Amino acid sequence: MAFTLYSLIQTAILCTNAVAVLHEERFLSKMGWGVEQGVGGFGDDPGIKAQILNLIRSVRTIMRVPLIIVNTACIILLLLFG
Amino acid sequence: MDFSATPSGFRQRKLQPSMRLRTSPGDVPDGSQLFEDTSGAGPGAQGGYRNQPAGPQAAGLPGQSLLSDPMSNLAMAYGSSLASQGREMVDKNLDRFIPISRLKYYFAVDTVYVGKKLGLLVFPYMHENWEMSYQQDTPVAPRFDVNAPDLYIPAMSFITYILVAGLALGTQNRFSPELLGVQASSALVWLIMEVLVVLLSLYLVTVNTDLTTIDLLAFSGYKYVGMIVGVVAGLLFGKPAYYLSLLWCCVAIFVFMIRTLRLKLLSEAAAEGRLVRGARNQLRMYLTMSIAAAQPIFMYWLTYHLIR
Repeated sequence: MAFTLYSLIQTAILCTNAVAVLHEERFLSKMGWGVEQGVGGFGDDPGIKAQILNLIRSVRTIMRVPLIIVNTACIILLLLFG
Repeated sequence: MDFSATPSGFRQRKLQPSMRLRTSPGDVPDGSQLFEDTSGAGPGAQGGYRNQPAGPQAAGLPGQSLLSDPMSNLAMAYGSSLASQGREMVDKNLDRFIPISRLKYYFAVDTVYVGKKLGLLVFPYMHENWEMSYQQDTPVAPRFDVNAPDLYIPAMSFITYILVAGLALGTQNRFSPELLGVQASSALVWLIMEVLVVLLSLYLVTVNTDLTTIDLLAFSGYKYVGMIVGVVAGLLFGKPAYYLSLLWCCVAIFVFMIRTLRLKLLSEAAAEGRLVRGARNQLRMYLTMSIAAAQPIFMYWLTYHLIR
């Protein structure tokens, strides 16, 4: 399995894009993974589901603008160099 | 808070679990320096060195107008100040991204430590005390504590693994110089992915641990030692020797990881061996088991194509 560093970068971009396109209202809430379900218990043990929801929400908030930049760069590079 | 000096590092850890700091070498007291000062007779040597560059400049032959020209003196002084400014800026910015002073801690090893650690990686069954010792809240440097993680062994064994892989491919007439680069980047990618997956699972299970990313990198890099042993045995003695030595090293690294991670990931009671019920402790136990079980899998995955 010849993995290169380039394929790692590709994987990272694809995964981040996948997380970023999960829509809050249309999809996550319907599945019971909305924001309000995430902040359930206030004990010291948030639980795995709350952690995952937190992670999804923070990735979507933080990575929105950098992803736009990186995706634009990728599109331009792929158009130029195939 | 109980600040009395306790000999057991375990108890200190229980009091302040979230305040582990790795201080820069300058803050460590003299009794346990990270690196020994091997510069012999410091002031004398430096004084002698400084005299020499001043000599030729002052004694300048009449033909050497270049050195005594005030303009070139000015240019040299300006250039050297520019260089030192540039170096300061690079140091400051580089330290923001890669914590160089913390990295130094992981390379403070000596021959005795490396020997003991390699023996521990291949035969961890006789070792009894797996706790890491601390010195006033900071971990002791690896050269003083055989249980502390280091980056020297993983780095060296990674490079050796790539060279041995090239050697193995060469004996099968499948070698070409590009393959070295391919092997290197492939192994590096698997390492990075493993560290990222472990970090993600540690975040999801909300373990309060003082394992840093570099610690995880060090622990994941220890499996290269076993891989090298397996591949070299396979090269020297054939396929059965490869399987046997790989099996031995896999079991050894499994036991090593479990015993090392048990103290860091599990709660105090569970780490001491008592059975603690509860979903969270069970989850942590599963996490430790799966991290340790991933090592043999990777070891086999990265070496089986080298021995045919």
